[in-house]
Amino acid sequence: MAVESKSDAVDFSRWSCPLPLADYPAIVMGHGGGGKLGNELVEHLFLPAFRNRALDDLGDAAVLELSGGRVAMSTDSFVVQPLFFPGGSIGELAVNGTVNDLAVSGAVPRWLSASFILEEGFALAQLAAIVEEMAKAAATAGVQIVTGDTKVVERGHGDGCYINTAGVGVLREGIQVGPARAQAGDAVLVSGTIGDHGMAIMSVREGLEFESPIRSDCAALNGMIAAVLDAAGGAVRAMRDPTRGGLASTLNEIARASGVGVAIDEARLPVRPEVQSACELLGLDPVYVANEGKAVFFVAPESADVVLEVLRGHPLGQEAARIGQATAEHKGMLVARTALGANRVIPLQIGEQLPRIC
Amino acid sequence: MKYLTEFRDGEIAQRLAREIRAVTTRPWKIMEVCGGQTHSIIRNGIDQMLPAGVEMVHGPGCPVCVTPLELIDKALAIAAQPGVIFCSFGDMLRVPGTEGDLFQVKGRGGDVRVVYSPLDAVELAAKNPDKQVVFFGVGFETTAPANAMSVHVAKRRGLKNFSLLVSHVLVPPAIEAILQAPGNQVQAFLLAGHVCSVMGYWEYPPLAEKYGIPLVVTGFEPLDLLDGIRRAVVQLEAGRHEVENAYARVVSYEGNRGAQKQLGEVFEVTDRAWRGIGVIPKSGWRLSAGYREFDAEERFRIAGIRTQESPLCHAGDVLRGAIKPAECPAFGKECTPRHPLGATMVSSEGACAAYYNYGRFISAEELARAAS
Amino acid sequence: MRGAYNCIVMCLAIPGRVEEITTDGIIRVGRVNFGGVVKRVCLDYVPEVEVGDYTLVHVGFALSKIDAETAEQTLEDFRALGVLEEELASEEEQLARAAERPQSNCPDGSCEIERS
Repeated sequence: MAVESKSDAVDFSRWSCPLPLADYPAIVMGHGGGGKLGNELVEHLFLPAFRNRALDDLGDAAVLELSGGRVAMSTDSFVVQPLFFPGGSIGELAVNGTVNDLAVSGAVPRWLSASFILEEGFALAQLAAIVEEMAKAAATAGVQIVTGDTKVVERGHGDGCYINTAGVGVLREGIQVGPARAQAGDAVLVSGTIGDHGMAIMSVREGLEFESPIRSDCAALNGMIAAVLDAAGGAVRAMRDPTRGGLASTLNEIARASGVGVAIDEARLPVRPEVQSACELLGLDPVYVANEGKAVFFVAPESADVVLEVLRGHPLGQEAARIGQATAEHKGMLVARTALGANRVIPLQIGEQLPRIC
Repeated sequence: MKYLTEFRDGEIAQRLAREIRAVTTRPWKIMEVCGGQTHSIIRNGIDQMLPAGVEMVHGPGCPVCVTPLELIDKALAIAAQPGVIFCSFGDMLRVPGTEGDLFQVKGRGGDVRVVYSPLDAVELAAKNPDKQVVFFGVGFETTAPANAMSVHVAKRRGLKNFSLLVSHVLVPPAIEAILQAPGNQVQAFLLAGHVCSVMGYWEYPPLAEKYGIPLVVTGFEPLDLLDGIRRAVVQLEAGRHEVENAYARVVSYEGNRGAQKQLGEVFEVTDRAWRGIGVIPKSGWRLSAGYREFDAEERFRIAGIRTQESPLCHAGDVLRGAIKPAECPAFGKECTPRHPLGATMVSSEGACAAYYNYGRFISAEELARAAS
Repeated sequence: MRGAYNCIVMCLAIPGRVEEITTDGIIRVGRVNFGGVVKRVCLDYVPEVEVGDYTLVHVGFALSKIDAETAEQTLEDFRALGVLEEELASEEEQLARAAERPQSNCPDGSCEIERS
């Protein structure tokens, strides 16, 4: 499969002892065995990349200091194909995905675990590139990767690389957010354009050529969300990042959990023109396409303007928009006003419209 | 997107809807034949914008939906054979045969591939000389030129391992069959604009005359559909029955002469069975004698097919416009896109799929009341 | 992983702009731009289409040239549709609508309309 050139040329010079790794250009079964080869991977790849005290101790568990309060924990597995795509890679997804799940729960993300399931024969250069991306993403998000695991499966199983990350964060005082807390009248906001990640993946899979290529929006949202909570605090009732299944799935889930209807205006949905065109061509609807760097907010109406301003002032939220509101009508359903002024129900999508998207 | 966005303008759409309301004095039943038009109507809520008396009846314009069950079963048998690369459009993958679908054949190890164009299948044949590449050529007249060209190119390149499993159906005989069916209530038709971009509309004046019904060549965007409906209603109210072209930027009276010539060489007319409807004489195309060597049915000669439709499936009634999808007792219960009983629930042009995917569990009235 | 999903629409024919025309030895081939997505399309059925023209494409084949003038005329006809209704409306409504229209210099509207 096509791989971006950066993964083909790994700079071993920064590493403490590159020689043993350089002898093994591809992953072999021994790398998952817990023996010498596995140790070399840890010492010469993971440790230098992730660099932190807890990890350096190399215990079976990471020992972490908490100053009291409630803790949030989240996990996600990443099986995206292709591994590298415009705007990101499986590594960034693995870090940002879990960071975002913690952030939208009202927690400050702190620590991550990273488990790898690698296929025998997987190029070490690719693994190194993925790990490098993870390290960068973790640093940007302000989290540490403190524990992990590596297993290897036989050639023909495993599709190159699967990653699981679990994350722990500390809940902010006084913040109570959740999918069941939306109320009729709440303003519904989205932090930017929808469909970018899914269409970036699809464009690679379908070999679509673009004038200006679609890039995944993969990003850590904890900074932006912290700014929103600082400004509006208790007025934010629900937050979610619309990944698999897109905006439609997220809004449906919140509608059901909260027992409210959600009414949006299609004309207000921010969509990039290239994403719209690619969706037309492939017969897809942007509302169902995955995002990896966007958040949806349900906010008490009197605070909506403040939140919108904060979002638009943040680099990741410049195209934020108010797209609709929660309502006491059609409880549990998402209804959109089309450009024609008619109403259409947007149901939960059946099955996996776009498999292996994250 | 140019030539799409302008024809979705909400303000003009409201104007067209007002025009229709202004001229309507009596109830009318209009059928749109093409499944793509059905989807556009339901997705955009165009039926909600029409006055209460004007009813859109959904027609059998879904080629995937009307492909005979026997042919689906043959496709499954061919795809399961080792040494075969079976190619089709994405729609066909989950169309239920008597025992399973192409997706399941793929899951069991069959080499089933989704392609964007039949020429992709020809390329696969060229690149895999040791395999038999079969393309499932399903469609109305819109898709036929593509399939004709693929066979023509395969012949030019001397490919011996490419074949076409043909299930082409024609619109004019379908319209006539609907008009002749006892109890028919359809009073006007929106003709499929993309079919007409190939075939023109010279075939229709005799139909309009014979049955005394208005026929309007119509496009797919909201403004095109509303304009097509408007013209049909205007004719109905005035007691006229003519053929009109509401898609003139794309469709001409003669149509695409070059494409028609190629079609005449590669295909010949034949009787065809329409799933859910029955045999309609001279309603399909098969490969002509000069191209019969590329016919997958001849090449593979699958025998012993015993078909069995689900007794709960009412796709035939939906395809004839006798019921709306939501009126089928199995709709949304035993029959969903994930577990379809019939092709209409799984094809991207099927009316049942349109109703399900655009949330038409609730009636149009309830939907109109769900205003923000 | 090509085509690992099942949502390619069959009757989907969409307009695109022809950017380049070549041949692959057997058929006439073009690069067609669909609102920023560029695809390879067979142009054998539309010999009259040239670079810069818009054409309707279905499953990789151009079927018809889109006539720009006719398209423009159709939209013009649509825009003119509300006019009859306006003439039939009540005087009050007419005044309200007139207030919203760009104002002209001459009371009878016969000279150039100044667009604000």
